[in-house]
Formats: sequence, structure tokens, C-alpha cells
Amino acid sequence: MTTVAAAALAVAAFFAVHAAYDWSDERIAANERARVVARLNSVLEPALRGRDLTTTLLAITDAELLGSEEPVDVFVLTDRGAPMATVFATVAPHGYNAAIDLLIGVAPIGTVTGVRVVRHRETKGLGDAIDTAKSDWMLQFDSKALTAPPLELWAVDQDKGSFDAISGATVTSRAVVAAVKSTLLYFERHRDELYALAAETAARGGANEP
Amino acid sequence: MTSSTSSLREAIAPLWRDNMALAQFLGLCPLLAVTTTVVNGFALGLASAVVIVIASTAMALLKHALKPAARLPIALLILAALVTVVDLFSEAVFYDLHGKLGIFIPLIVVNSGLLAHAENVASRRSVGFTFLSALATGLGFLLVFLALGACREIVGHGTLFSDIELLAGEGYRGTTLELPVGGMLVAILPPGAFFAMGLLLALRNRFTTKPRSDESSSGTPR
Repeated sequence: MTTVAAAALAVAAFFAVHAAYDWSDERIAANERARVVARLNSVLEPALRGRDLTTTLLAITDAELLGSEEPVDVFVLTDRGAPMATVFATVAPHGYNAAIDLLIGVAPIGTVTGVRVVRHRETKGLGDAIDTAKSDWMLQFDSKALTAPPLELWAVDQDKGSFDAISGATVTSRAVVAAVKSTLLYFERHRDELYALAAETAARGGANEP
Repeated sequence: MTSSTSSLREAIAPLWRDNMALAQFLGLCPLLAVTTTVVNGFALGLASAVVIVIASTAMALLKHALKPAARLPIALLILAALVTVVDLFSEAVFYDLHGKLGIFIPLIVVNSGLLAHAENVASRRSVGFTFLSALATGLGFLLVFLALGACREIVGHGTLFSDIELLAGEGYRGTTLELPVGGMLVAILPPGAFFAMGLLLALRNRFTTKPRSDESSSGTPR
């Protein structure tokens, strides 16, 4: 009796979870995409916001520089074929509680146009200051580049760098500074590849309006 | 007649007198962790309540089919499946809120209060009693979530119902109440959870120190 009941339950549980997954999988992916696209504008330079740019989505894997073994989303925004901005959905793997998902906008000349946090589990009241709804800390990255400040100063002030750390959340601050830096490094090394790949994808009809 | 009245009274006792969090001190981990705002508290409280009602009722239905030794693993199986469904549903429908609650939705599986109820009440009592008692337990737990969430949000953020649009839809954006108090960061940090919980316990004890039999008169000092 017990065995039959347990087996029946296990089967029922399996189908319940399977059905829930089938039902929610697409919706969750769509939610995630919608949130990222809505935020693309927030990391573009003000002159580009709201402009009708062609957005090409690329999936790029670089565990070392983009922070994830999985492919991350890279959006290349072009205006009649001319690259205007690149937005990386980079992961900062060493957040205090978990990896931090970031959105980093980079201008074609390699300067940061904006950084925003997409998803994080940092401590409330301390590390959550990376959210621009809580503090302006993220804005310090605007118009920074690998040459300004010089590469060796891409660290928080405790590590003799030139970026402010959030008080009480040095680990969080370090994680974000390192992620922005490595994203810029990736961009510097692979910029032309990215643009070529985007042009190729767009030509195949992979371009989509945000 | 008398016995059914007392049985009804026993079934709804978890609402307040035998409250899971305030009297049995069960399920405190998620309670203390997520109640930084009313909306967060409500969401997790509701998820827990839904899970406990379904899981306990299912366990009561199965009580004759299961050997005592099999009850706990089966309870865990039911809880795990239910919570996974709730987790996926909330991520699909309340995406941003789900992001805020993070690991605490999956952790409902091992909520000690839910396990205790599924194991103790459901294995001994009738289906009807279990259903009612689970409902009372869930609602009682939800009330504590709301109370703690409200206290901590008012004192810590100086707001009430912040992020309500994540739960109720975009139409409710901007209905957050801004109160002329608050800003005590400690209230939304983990220590603040313990202070608020302590005050809530003190309040409960103030009104339930009299013997259980004369509940009606114990409320009079108010």
C-alpha cells in the first residue's frame, strides 16, 4: 500500500513539475529579455536614448572576461550599419552573496556610457547601493575608459585604485569594478570581431527592434 | 455539539494562540529574512500558506495509505513538487518580486512549521480538520509576515507598500505611502528582524497570559 501510494505520488509530482516548467519556461525567458531590453536605454549615452537604433543580439562566451561559463547577451546597436554602442550583460561572479548581473554600455571609442545592475543579492542597506534606485554609486563609471583612469588604477580606493567603494560593502564594490574593467578589456580586444559578427547577424535577418 | 465546537476551536488555534511563528517558533528563518517590506512579506507568506494547505490536506488524504516511517519522505516529496511549481509560477508571473525573494521561495520546502503540520496534524486528524487547521496555520503565518514587514518597512524605509506594483500590477505604481518617519537602517538589517520579532512576541504574550479556557475575557484590557 505504502509503496503504491509513494510511487503514484512520485509520478504525479513529476508530471506536476514538468507541466509547470513547460508553462513557465517561455514566460520566464521573455520576462528576462524584456527587463534587459527595457534597461538598455539606461546605459546608453544620453544623445542615443530613445533613438531608433537597430539592436543585434549576440551570445558571447568568455568565462574570464565576461564572468560566466554560459554565453552572455551582447547587444550591438547600429544606425544604418554604423556601430553606435555596445551593451554587455556581464556577470560579476564574485558578489558578496551571489554573482551580480550587470548591464554595461560601451561607446565605440571604448568609454563606459553607463553601468546598471540587473539582478543582485547583495546585502540590503549596504551592498544594494549598487542599485541606482538606492544610490548614485554606479554613476561614477560614466565616461571612464581603460586609459582614464589608467589600467592600474581600475580598483577601489582601499586597493589604491581610483574608484570609491561603498562603505560596508567593499567586496561588492570590488566585484563591480573588476567586472566593468574586464568587460572593457574584452571590448578592446574583440571590438572589430563583435561589429563584424553583428553586421553578419543583422544581414541574416537576426536584427530586432528593442 | 460541544466536541465539534472545541474541535473547531482547536483547528483555528494556529491563527493566533498556537501561531506557528509566535507560539511554536517554527519557520522563523524565512520570516526574519524577507520581511523588510510588506510586499515581500505578503508574497512569501502567501506562497507558504498555499503550500501548507495543499501539502497538509494531501497528507491527510494519504494517511491510511502510508506507513508511519514513509510519512516524512512523502511529505518532503509533496512539498518539493509544490514549491517548485510555486517557484516557477512566481518567476513567470511576478518576475521582479521573485528576484527579490530569491532563495526563500525554494526554501519553503524545508520550512519546519510546514513539515511539522504535515507530519503531526495531517497524520492524526481528519481531512476536514487538517484542511481547516492548515488554513489557520497558513493565515496565522501570513499575518506575522505582514505585521513584521509593516513594522520594519515603516521604521526602516519610512514607507508602506513600496514595490506594490510588482505584485498588483503597474496600475498601482505610485501608491506607496511615504511616511514622515523612518530611516533607521537597523530595522531592515537582520538584527532589526529580531528586535521586531521580540516586540511582536511581547505583544502576543501580553494578550495570552491568561489560561486558555477564558479567551473571551483575556481581550478586555484593550
